[in-house]
Amino acid sequence: MTTAIQATDLTKKYGAKIAVDALNLSVEQGELFALLGVNGAGKTTTIKMLTCLSRPTSGDAFLLGDSVVSAPGAVKEKTNVSPQETAVAPNLSVKENLELIAQIYGSDKRAARTKADEMLSVFGLTGVTGDRAKTLSGGMQRRLSIAMALISDPQILFLDEPTLGLDVLARRELWAAIEELKGRVTIVLTTHYMDEAEALSDRIGIMSEGELKAVGTSAELMSKTGTRTLEDAFVSLATEPGVRA
Amino acid sequence: MRFLAFASRNRKELLRDPLNLAFGIGFPVVLLFLLSAIQANIPVSLFRIARLSPGVAVFGLSFMSLFSGTLIAKDRTTSFLMRLFASPLSASDFILGYVLPLLPIALAQSAICFVTSFFLGLSVNANVLLALAVLIPTAILFIGIGLLAGTVFTDKQVGAICGALLTNVAAWLSGTWFDLNLVGGAFKTIAYLLPFAHAVDATRAAIAGDYASILPHLWWVIGYAVAVAGIAIVVFKRKMSSDSM
Repeated sequence: MTTAIQATDLTKKYGAKIAVDALNLSVEQGELFALLGVNGAGKTTTIKMLTCLSRPTSGDAFLLGDSVVSAPGAVKEKTNVSPQETAVAPNLSVKENLELIAQIYGSDKRAARTKADEMLSVFGLTGVTGDRAKTLSGGMQRRLSIAMALISDPQILFLDEPTLGLDVLARRELWAAIEELKGRVTIVLTTHYMDEAEALSDRIGIMSEGELKAVGTSAELMSKTGTRTLEDAFVSLATEPGVRA
Repeated sequence: MRFLAFASRNRKELLRDPLNLAFGIGFPVVLLFLLSAIQANIPVSLFRIARLSPGVAVFGLSFMSLFSGTLIAKDRTTSFLMRLFASPLSASDFILGYVLPLLPIALAQSAICFVTSFFLGLSVNANVLLALAVLIPTAILFIGIGLLAGTVFTDKQVGAICGALLTNVAAWLSGTWFDLNLVGGAFKTIAYLLPFAHAVDATRAAIAGDYASILPHLWWVIGYAVAVAGIAIVVFKRKMSSDSM
């Protein structure tokens, strides 16, 4: 297995506040890794550092060999992100949104059109191809947002709380779409839904107060804490002082 | 050429917003008709079309700040800009992408203003083309103000600052609605320390064929345009590399 992400002592401080504290993490290529934590645990800050949106205060992370500190341009070429809030161009049609991102990542107009058609089909968006993004439901906008993140054929995909605010059916539909990607794309997904982390991920990292408390499969985390559910394991690890992965 | 895809998106976003079209095109045209109707019914020469149309053209351009500022601020607040900041787009791609689509829109707006003025008695001659060229630094000035406001403020704040404050300041201190000599004193001094009255006077000189009077006024506008655009670019680049978008 090749390492897709290798973070070493990755730290982010805002003044005296430590948002992410010396995070050490390794994610294999093709793995779906879930970062689980409550609000303010440091998940989004970690994603921001790994996507070169925020420069680490100290430490570094290498994405397929390129440093987020010294080679952010190279990192950006092979990654893509679906931000926590739905990030679509509201007055552009669904297809135009997809073509825009494809072209920004280097596709010519023709290739962008072909890729957009493919994404429309994969994500079940063919019925709304010409609709303006702002007219879509929350679930469909989120689906479009993820399709936009995938159209550049990223080797590493970051999904920041992809199902936040969606109803049960929309969540399940998105889970199915994410499941389809497993093995082909390295995915780092942040969530605070236990069932989501358990259903989708190969391994789970539990973050609390900026620290990565534990990493493992859900079974390993339950075994480690002597609990019977992932939620109990999470509560045990997230509230236990001094524990670190 | 990634910026061309981004510029195309911004052009579509701007032109597909009916409020932009109403304020950008409709409002100046309505003003021309309204003030010309007033002129036809009063004995003094307050709104002669040769003096009025350059003023309305400059006033119309002040809406470019509102359009560009709102677009950028909305991109920031909806996380769309975060998605783009994680892409391989460079700072210059962003700036060109935001500025380029606005220039032809600004020119088209001024052209519509002059064509409308032809129907209200403005002489049809080559000086109108010169006036359009003279208005380019003014367009850049207002676009720069929008870029700066959109980078710093929220879309609601941009609405208040660029939509209400700037358009009023630009109108009152430009000498469009009344002759600045009628007020004189500190008001006139302040007006001529700012670029708006100079923009109107340079355009009026172009329309009148008084070529020698263009440059002394235009240098003021060019100076302000370069300074504001420069500050906007620096602030935008800083924002791009900072943690808070």
